Amino acid sequence: MKAVKAPVEEMDQAECEVKEEKSASGPCFPPTFSVSEIKNKQRRHTMFLKLKEEKRKKRMELKKKKKKERKALDDKAPPKEVPKTIENQRIYDETTVNPEDEEVAFDEGTDEFSAYFNRLTNPKVLITTSDRPRGRTVRFCDQLATVIPHAYVYYRRGLALKKVIPQCISRGFTYLMVINEDRKVPNGMVLCHLPDGPTAHFKVSSVRLRKEMKRRGKNPTEHSPEVILNNFTTRLGHSIGRLFAALFPHDPQFVGRQVATFHNQRDFIFFRFHRYIFKNEKKVGIQELGPRFTLKLRSLQKGTFDSKFGEYEWVHKRHEMDSSRRKFHL
Amino acid sequence: MAAKSQICSIWLGSETGILKGVSLRKKQAFNFCEMSCLSRDQEVCVMAWGDPYESELLLGSVNGTVKTFSTDKGIFTATKECGDPSQGKFTGLAVTDSSMITCVESGLLKVWKEGSTDTVEVNVGKDICKMRQNQSQRHHVATGGKENPLKVWDLEKPDKPIFTAKNVAHDWLEMRVPVWVRDISFIADSDKIVTCTGHHKVRVYDPSTPQRRPVLEADFGEYPLTALSLPASQDAVVVGNTHGELAILDLRKGLVRGCFKGLAGAVRGLQCHPSLPLVASCGLDRFLRVHSLEDRSLQHKVYLKSRLNCVLLSSRDLESSSDSGDVEEVKAEEEDEVWDNMETVTEKTKKRAAEKDEAAVTGADGKKKRKQVNK
Repeated sequence: MKAVKAPVEEMDQAECEVKEEKSASGPCFPPTFSVSEIKNKQRRHTMFLKLKEEKRKKRMELKKKKKKERKALDDKAPPKEVPKTIENQRIYDETTVNPEDEEVAFDEGTDEFSAYFNRLTNPKVLITTSDRPRGRTVRFCDQLATVIPHAYVYYRRGLALKKVIPQCISRGFTYLMVINEDRKVPNGMVLCHLPDGPTAHFKVSSVRLRKEMKRRGKNPTEHSPEVILNNFTTRLGHSIGRLFAALFPHDPQFVGRQVATFHNQRDFIFFRFHRYIFKNEKKVGIQELGPRFTLKLRSLQKGTFDSKFGEYEWVHKRHEMDSSRRKFHL
Repeated sequence: MAAKSQICSIWLGSETGILKGVSLRKKQAFNFCEMSCLSRDQEVCVMAWGDPYESELLLGSVNGTVKTFSTDKGIFTATKECGDPSQGKFTGLAVTDSSMITCVESGLLKVWKEGSTDTVEVNVGKDICKMRQNQSQRHHVATGGKENPLKVWDLEKPDKPIFTAKNVAHDWLEMRVPVWVRDISFIADSDKIVTCTGHHKVRVYDPSTPQRRPVLEADFGEYPLTALSLPASQDAVVVGNTHGELAILDLRKGLVRGCFKGLAGAVRGLQCHPSLPLVASCGLDRFLRVHSLEDRSLQHKVYLKSRLNCVLLSSRDLESSSDSGDVEEVKAEEEDEVWDNMETVTEKTKKRAAEKDEAAVTGADGKKKRKQVNK
């Protein structure tokens, strides 16, 4: 067998060489030939670059042609195709809240936040950290306190949260916010609504403090800001949205022209703090004041903070829940 | 309403006080409540069947009333004041032939005789988490709670419990182990009782022996176990915890047989079907989920809009409706028999064939080895 096959292989190699010589003049390969078959690395690389350039040219030409056609057709042109994103391909979530639903309305009307939304309580927030906070975390807490009106930053003093909570309740706080850190970087947030829960646990990432921001405006004023909550559509999303809404006082002071935004996209909650100005009737200018950070919900627990015996309403289970990239929970 | 309620095979009580019925065959869910007079103090704590034919449903609310719901008519037929809210929520509700048993968190167990207003009151100790009835001896109930060990009561002689569990031995640090019974169940066809605790332990007690400590102890997860249920097949128990972990445990050695996937929040209610290998779970994530016990796969998932406290299955086939159900069931049984017979036969032959194959393979190997040696 071997004796027969060997000359054939040699022949093949010879042919290949011929091909390469041809292609050196211009990258015109026979249809079955691929660059990866070239054995010389340097050569393969140059060939690959050429091929890439060729492809790009073709693509641009096609694009130009299409654009021309569209222009020629003018208003008869077919509507532009909407690009597929994992958000608009989202798997339908049956818990999406229908605003006309009586049962959900009743459930939300009588939940733990109903006292705030019925204007019976005013928010008062205690911000604290994990034990021995370091640089960035301390500054992050200070800046959060300037964003949220009626927020007080306290040093943790090594106290247990379960001991802090009754004291907070007796002093009329409605929120306890704990910023956790890892190696001087804030990485977690526990947001506990008082007096009877719920407690949400978030992962915090991409914290950008005021000093690190480009084109930042002057420091925020003490006016209570407006709050924008984007894309909290499911039942769980509604609960989280209400949790954030109840952080801020009822009536925003429009004089301050400040907006706090919680934007939910693919289960990540982006926080931004802006000042806006109406330049004329059509144009509006915005200026970011900072800080900015991203939150991701880890769990929502019923009742005040009790990680051992508390009942969880929702827990993010990575391997079970993240089986589809198009499934979102908020 | 009657037509709706007759096709429902799963009943759920919610935190908003709504009774929900689910028909898996038609894939529909219904609310049996006036939407105009909802209130949080009607929150359903416990549910039980009022009669053996499953035509009456008893619901215990937070405000101390027990409502009777007729599944034939689809309406609430009676309301009874069975205690006041100051004594805590209902922890158990059961019926015997002529009376109804209620138990509240403060430990007041009452037996309401039918037709008469006087009640038998038993104080079973404070902080009760659960009261369950023995289905084979219906005048026996078991109670347990926080720092309140498992006790079995004979309601005909309510002075003293007929069995009181003893706390387990001190741990390796010679510290007392805290008691917190969260759910109880009687194992059918034996005297044994299985409990689950807030310290993630499953314990089996055997009152027929003089030993008052558990005869078996198993551990599951690291969060408090909230509910437990016994499937129709013996020697297993399904438990759920506050993190939405649901698992089936083997009661022979106390090992985890497998976990049920798909839950997102704490389990509040759990029930296995009395005859089929199915388990229904509900809880704070507002979903009813029905899993198969055989391959542990998710069979049904229904979103019910409110947090759910308790679940009750009717004993008929879940997927078939009441009128055509009987016929189908019989057919299914017949088929099952046929399949069973076939399986046994094929298995045997397969085994034999496999054995032969193995023998042949080993023989061949042996030959090869010999050849190699020869080389």
